[in-house]
Amino acid sequence: MSRNIARLLFVPIVAFAASLAHAQEAPDALVKRIAEETLAAIRADKEIQAGNPAKVKALIEVKLVPHFDTARMTALAMGRNWRAASPEQQKELTEQFKTLLIRTYSNALTNYRDNTMAYSPLRTNPGDTEVVVRTSVSRPGQAPIPLDYSMEKTPEGWKCYDVVVSGVSLVTNYRDEFNDIVKSSGVDGLIKTLTDKNRAPQVK
Amino acid sequence: MNKTALRSKTCFMLLPLLAAVTLAGCAVGPTKEDPYEPFNRAMFSVHETVDDAVIKPVAQGYVAVIPEPIRTGVSNFFGNIDDLFSGINSLLQGNGNRAGDAFGRVLLNSSFGVGGIFDLASMMGITKDRNDFGITFGKWGFPQGPYLFIPALGPTTVRDGSGWVVRGFASPIGFLNDVPLRNSLWGLGYVDARQQALAAESVVETAAIDKYRFIRNAYLRSRRYQLYDGHPPPEEDEDNAPAPGAAAPAPATQPPASTAAPPPIK
Repeated sequence: MSRNIARLLFVPIVAFAASLAHAQEAPDALVKRIAEETLAAIRADKEIQAGNPAKVKALIEVKLVPHFDTARMTALAMGRNWRAASPEQQKELTEQFKTLLIRTYSNALTNYRDNTMAYSPLRTNPGDTEVVVRTSVSRPGQAPIPLDYSMEKTPEGWKCYDVVVSGVSLVTNYRDEFNDIVKSSGVDGLIKTLTDKNRAPQVK
Repeated sequence: MNKTALRSKTCFMLLPLLAAVTLAGCAVGPTKEDPYEPFNRAMFSVHETVDDAVIKPVAQGYVAVIPEPIRTGVSNFFGNIDDLFSGINSLLQGNGNRAGDAFGRVLLNSSFGVGGIFDLASMMGITKDRNDFGITFGKWGFPQGPYLFIPALGPTTVRDGSGWVVRGFASPIGFLNDVPLRNSLWGLGYVDARQQALAAESVVETAAIDKYRFIRNAYLRSRRYQLYDGHPPPEEDEDNAPAPGAAAPAPATQPPASTAAPPPIK
């Protein structure tokens, strides 16, 4: 009887503590956990290694997308043109940009799956709401590639809003492209360009 | 891709091809850093054609035929020469720590690593570094000069390209007296560099809307990052977008769209 009561009390406490721990997971711990889990999933799955696009995409949707603030990424990539877009256009842009990022990420994951990641310790203050988590990708015979994640604190935990590879910010690099396209063919032109790009067959 | 330049003189074989290319007019205007954009775009399409037809298939064939441990040994061998030049350049830049690590790597790998084939230094925790004459020239205050895309060699600038030339003449491979051996090493180094770029190229292919522009911007930013040792000053940028939902009023005056250049990179 007392064991049952203990269990009744114990289970919710553990569950609560676990959820609390999850919500407060430090950004660097989060990046490391997600990266390692994703790489482990890739290494364990022959179909993903062979580049099965549907499976890679599913993995990313489940594992990675929840940890990215795709709306903010799109807004940043749009720069000042974001305000010129209507709410419907913003929604469509976010959707298309998300798809493009997923495709790019799938490709990067399949191509770089055999590399090892290193994580630098993060020094932050408890009040920080934005941090940069620094990692690097090592390949035999080559200098490590620095890979930094810009993270923001949200009610649902830390989320990534930019990825910086060797000093090249994904968001900034797209901003140049988006700017030129919006200039020449407007926001709708950009939506069309992105949609066409996403419809094109996946590069292996 | 820029590494390829250091090991190859293939570009000279392509000169007749370049002459055949007419300069295609281009919808996108040149930027401050890429004043020769129409010409560069033409060179880029020459590169794409030659690369698709010859260079890339050779690199892919190399990966398919040569077992991975041997390929790693080849990469390590040429990487050891890269380390030597990283060390020299760190020294020229007055960075004793980085130079020491690089020279330590060269000594270890050249001796116990059997002429650089094994990267013992990395196993022992001396991380590989990258440094080159282009960065040295930049630190010495030489201007970057216009961006250039050179077929079979890749993206560069006048400053970085000058670095390639210095490196090309200083490379130990160039001092070999055995001509067939020397040429084989240049060739192998070239194929090795190209196969190392296969993965990155595939990602760029997926990511880029306009491949030429994507590569140019990524190249220039990554070089800038290296020049400032990973801490570049912020770019001049009017586009600090707010988070979605934050309703900021649009500025009353904006530069006319037709003349506004993309944000300059300093």
